[in-house]
Amino acid sequence: MKQHAAAAGWLSALCMGLGQWYNRQYAKGWLFILIHAAGLYLTIFKLAPLIKDLTTLGTQGRHFEKVGKINRMVEGDNSLYMMIYGVLAVLVLLLYIFLYIQNIRDAVAIGRRREQDQDLQKLNSSFFPWLLLTLPIIGVLAFTILPIVFTSLISFTNYASPNHIPPKGLIDWVGFSTYHKLFNLNVWQDTFFGVLGWTVFWAVTATFTCYFGGILVALLINQQGIRFKGFWRFLFIIPYAIPQFVSLLIMRNMLNEKFGPINQYFQAFGLQGLPWLNDPFWAKVSVIVVNMWIGIPVSMVLVMGILTTIPKDLYEAAEVDGASVWMKFRNITMPYILFATAPILITQFVGNVNSFNVVFLLTGGGPATMRYNNAGETDLLVTWLYKLTLDFNQYNIAAAVAVLLFLFVATMSILVYTRTRSFREEDMIQ
Amino acid sequence: MKPRLIVSYVLLVLIGVACFYPALYTILSSFREGNSLFSDHLIPEKWTLQHYKDLFLNNRADRYIPYTKWYLNTLYVATISMVLGTLLQLLTAYAFSRFRFKGRKQMLTIVLILGMFPGFLSIMAIFVILKQLNLLDTHAALILVYSAGAALGMFIAKGFFDTIPKSLEEAARIDGASHMTVFTRVILPLSRPILTYISLTTFAGAWVDFIFARSILRTPEKWTLAVGLWNLVDSYNSTEFTLFAAGCVLIAIPITALFMYTSRFLVDGLTAGANKG
Repeated sequence: MKQHAAAAGWLSALCMGLGQWYNRQYAKGWLFILIHAAGLYLTIFKLAPLIKDLTTLGTQGRHFEKVGKINRMVEGDNSLYMMIYGVLAVLVLLLYIFLYIQNIRDAVAIGRRREQDQDLQKLNSSFFPWLLLTLPIIGVLAFTILPIVFTSLISFTNYASPNHIPPKGLIDWVGFSTYHKLFNLNVWQDTFFGVLGWTVFWAVTATFTCYFGGILVALLINQQGIRFKGFWRFLFIIPYAIPQFVSLLIMRNMLNEKFGPINQYFQAFGLQGLPWLNDPFWAKVSVIVVNMWIGIPVSMVLVMGILTTIPKDLYEAAEVDGASVWMKFRNITMPYILFATAPILITQFVGNVNSFNVVFLLTGGGPATMRYNNAGETDLLVTWLYKLTLDFNQYNIAAAVAVLLFLFVATMSILVYTRTRSFREEDMIQ
Repeated sequence: MKPRLIVSYVLLVLIGVACFYPALYTILSSFREGNSLFSDHLIPEKWTLQHYKDLFLNNRADRYIPYTKWYLNTLYVATISMVLGTLLQLLTAYAFSRFRFKGRKQMLTIVLILGMFPGFLSIMAIFVILKQLNLLDTHAALILVYSAGAALGMFIAKGFFDTIPKSLEEAARIDGASHMTVFTRVILPLSRPILTYISLTTFAGAWVDFIFARSILRTPEKWTLAVGLWNLVDSYNSTEFTLFAAGCVLIAIPITALFMYTSRFLVDGLTAGANKG
């Protein structure tokens, strides 16, 4: 028996494609050699300088230079572009390394098949899903991963007004000093922890009210003996059907302290109107209640969809065994709903942590407070960082908040998600 | 009638009123004369179509509101984003639900994590990248941003595909169907509810988004409705409530109508009768 696997592997490690040639797969060999040539050329002549720029982020900003007797303005290094191109260069380099490894693995695998005199026509059953996933992966890489990488990088720089805004000024790497500021500097610390506390409270409350509200409403309609089910469903779907942005702006007007219809009715009953959006406490109540108005229909539609997928024979069997309404609900309906909605519950929780619209459009983060730096009483972390970015140009602080938020959310959800049954026992229903 | 039913009906009526009232108030306000939010009567004493005329004919000399243009822009952006986004999401969900390939679990986790990273957190990064590609202030950029990440929202669709019995697919396989045939002839016809759901959410997402639209689109002629209306509200606040209400009604009509028409698919029996023994 010959040592085809080892030989092909070493050849491919030496130079991409050689192993494939050794295995007499010439087309594949040519392809890999071409990739190798392009990769080497790019790495040495294009990628290396870009990656070097990424480490320095430029040495000189826009400045004046003396040309003869006149002072002329000269464009310096633009740290921002250096960062973008640097990140792209690293991505390309990683792709090249990945392909190199794949090339070795492929050579070894084919070599092994030759050793065992197996058919080289491999049944490529795992190929189809990747074909399906190609386009989605490209889209996600370009518009999700790249921006995330970029954002995390910015959190380690001093990219903030007034002094470090390209092309006028340079950006520098500053390590963890942005995070240090956020946690330990009084200016930022109080705001950060205050906003964080409200964000957590809000996310938990909003998720549970909407989720169980939705289940209750769905079950309310689906009860035996309730007539005009279609009509009720139609009525309750209305808030879901109206664009969120529109209904939130309408709600803002409805809750208007002076002219809003809600306070008008309060007064008609001889009650004093409430400062729905202008008082710290009531603003929080308003945000949660309005969110229920928007969120419950979503859960209701989902739960009603699940209710129709529960096989009728389960209920029939239960009835034959003499199960009560409650037992059927506990042992058939509820497990089914939970099984099907567990992932949705988590996504909703995370969505609520990042619930930008409800807060931003309803209260704008207000009412304003002296306790916080550039944030209001109902500001969530996301709306705060939006303000930091757009209104105050504190990009590095905003990026650091984004990164922390991301870490917090990711850890939470992985913890919960891997513990739900629908993930572990994914193929249970089949 | 049983007491349980009476309580249920009372609850249903209360929730119904709460759901319907803000919409009703806005619709009626859009036909009311004058421009104030405040009014003594819910039903207008004098009905008028003036606010709609103002929006479409742009005959408010004092303010520039190219409403028709915004409307067409929004339709265009939302429709194309819907088609692209739905396609991407469907492909991803199907691949993850039906195939067990190498690295699948890891990729699922990555999708889960990435899907939760709110897009606009990295809006600054997206902005700079688009600037590099000279795509700022174009609808193409907006469409790319809306649809590129659609794959990450695939968990509901995947959950749906998970509930389609494998036996259907296996039956088709035995009859000699290829991957593609199984997808187009077996899975797609069964996926109408989820297809509707995805299209609606992606369309609505593009229709109502204003964060991205506001940062990418600069010139008023290119604005979408959300940006336009937002500016209308932001500049004049509650002082132009009736005009704003008319704008709201016109924005909500297509989405709401589309939704009402298709909502029955969402709650229809999804696989009822498909898996007969």
